[in-house]
Amino acid sequence: MRRKDGTTGQRGGPVWTLIAWGATLLFFAPVGWMVLTSFHREADAATNPPSPLAPLTTSNYAELFDRDITPYLLNSAMASLLSTALVLALAVPAAYALAVKPVRKWTDVMFFFLSTKFLPAIAALLPIYLIVKEIGMLDNVWTLIVLYTAMNLPLAVWMMRSFLAEVPREILEAAEVDGAGLGQVLRKVIAPIAMPGLAATSLICIIFSWNEFMFAVNLTAVRASTAPVFLVGFISSEGLFLAKLCAAATLVSLPVLIAGFAAQDKLVRGLSMGAVK
Amino acid sequence: MTTLTKAPPVRTVRPAPMPSTRVRWLRRAPLLPALIFTIVVTQIPFLVTLVISSLNWNILHPGDRSFAGLSNYQFVFTDARLRAAVINTVTMTASVVILSVLIGLGLAVLLDRRFPGRGLARTLLIAPFLVMPVASALLWKHALYNPAYGLFNGVLNALWQAFGADHGPTIDWVSDRPMMAVVAALVWQWTPFMMLILLAGLSTQPPDVLEAAKIDGARALQTFRFVTVPHLRQYLELSVLLGSIYVLQTFDAVFTITQGGPGTATTNLPYEIYLTTFRKYEYGQAAAAGVVVVIGTIIVATFALRVVSSLFSKESPR
Repeated sequence: MRRKDGTTGQRGGPVWTLIAWGATLLFFAPVGWMVLTSFHREADAATNPPSPLAPLTTSNYAELFDRDITPYLLNSAMASLLSTALVLALAVPAAYALAVKPVRKWTDVMFFFLSTKFLPAIAALLPIYLIVKEIGMLDNVWTLIVLYTAMNLPLAVWMMRSFLAEVPREILEAAEVDGAGLGQVLRKVIAPIAMPGLAATSLICIIFSWNEFMFAVNLTAVRASTAPVFLVGFISSEGLFLAKLCAAATLVSLPVLIAGFAAQDKLVRGLSMGAVK
Repeated sequence: MTTLTKAPPVRTVRPAPMPSTRVRWLRRAPLLPALIFTIVVTQIPFLVTLVISSLNWNILHPGDRSFAGLSNYQFVFTDARLRAAVINTVTMTASVVILSVLIGLGLAVLLDRRFPGRGLARTLLIAPFLVMPVASALLWKHALYNPAYGLFNGVLNALWQAFGADHGPTIDWVSDRPMMAVVAALVWQWTPFMMLILLAGLSTQPPDVLEAAKIDGARALQTFRFVTVPHLRQYLELSVLLGSIYVLQTFDAVFTITQGGPGTATTNLPYEIYLTTFRKYEYGQAAAAGVVVVIGTIIVATFALRVVSSLFSKESPR
């Protein structure tokens, strides 16, 4: 019997409201400052004291595209979208075998998947670098796609299992008694319940692979570099660059910001691997 | 609905008239692609690391590869840089996780009330987590910390000038307090993550219990201490566990804000292994360090997995 908005606290007084908004604005300030500075001229960006009311311009963004940020964004998009598609193709059947018709010892399998999340990626960097170099796949987007798939697969298996576990057993059994085939059960019973889960899982996988930096910076050079690599290489010590840096940082963060804002309610479940609904 | 997922009770597969091998393999089939892929991509590199860690191998001396026995491990356990990296990793992970859980809890409690613009506040609060980590590290380094024109010193300067001084203090945040600089940026990034999990936990409190506490004359603080915190225990454990996994592996912030410096002040294990690999080209040592980190993580994770197992327990969430 929770309230409609899901709060359990009291209706806060004006003091609580002020404190809550104060804390929120304090936390949001760096992001707000980043966006604001990205629309300032370089001369106004690096002043002391700061000049928030300086005239606005979009020239920093224009310059980013002149500097050819586009291929980096395309590489990022390709790596995150394709790896996410691959993750789903592998994780959904696996989750089915773990939740709907559980194989024996399914919890052991779950924990094996989870344990790979505990392995520090850095420990795999050297062998992966050597193997990838050996097979001539350095500086190739497909290398990142395979690595990001491995990185997000455990997360996706856990999440999808938690969604599929919600399919009521009775309905499944009833469908089987009625002689529904596997295809029909998947389409009519499982899909409607699993669809929101699929969306949430995709979102989380896209966010994590879009933001991934360590493999990207160490395994790509020119052709396959992604947005975060562009960002780090973009920092030149030549004169003023703060506004352009803020524009680049805003631009590369924008897709994830929009996706995250749009799917806030799904975020929690994704971040907790399906443990918290 | 927000509840901790309860795994369906583990149904023992009834020893039906021995399902034929074919049926059992059909049942396993959907699982195999994911399992095989994961084993290949995560376990093979680890085996390769094990092999490399037993070699004397520096890329600057080609053709000089030889069997090293355990000498790389000896080096790992006696090297001052690595010891510093271990201490830094523990310091960094513990302070970031503890601070962001505490601040996240505070924010979650604030947001668990109804107030004007609550939805917007929640949206703004998760923004730091969604900004690309490399972007936020660069933002903190150049736009906030910079001693000459960063926002922090700029605001101080504006305040000082408002009170008639001619210039505020010029603090070089990153050089003077490097560890604090990295930790602050990471806490900012991870607090929303903790807040989201704890907010979900708060919203599953049974209202009748809160109501009963109120009727019994418990003050708000007592209710929080004796009703809310025990209820949140699982959620707190979960956020500490997940936070530790992620923060332990921090690479972007160290690489960007301090490059591990000054000296080894902020070099954590991931960054030190990266330096050993791509700056010193000591492959054997880097691999041995990697193995040690993995073993250390496994020890911590075993303990942590017990926490996750409680999510699988059949008892109702506390």
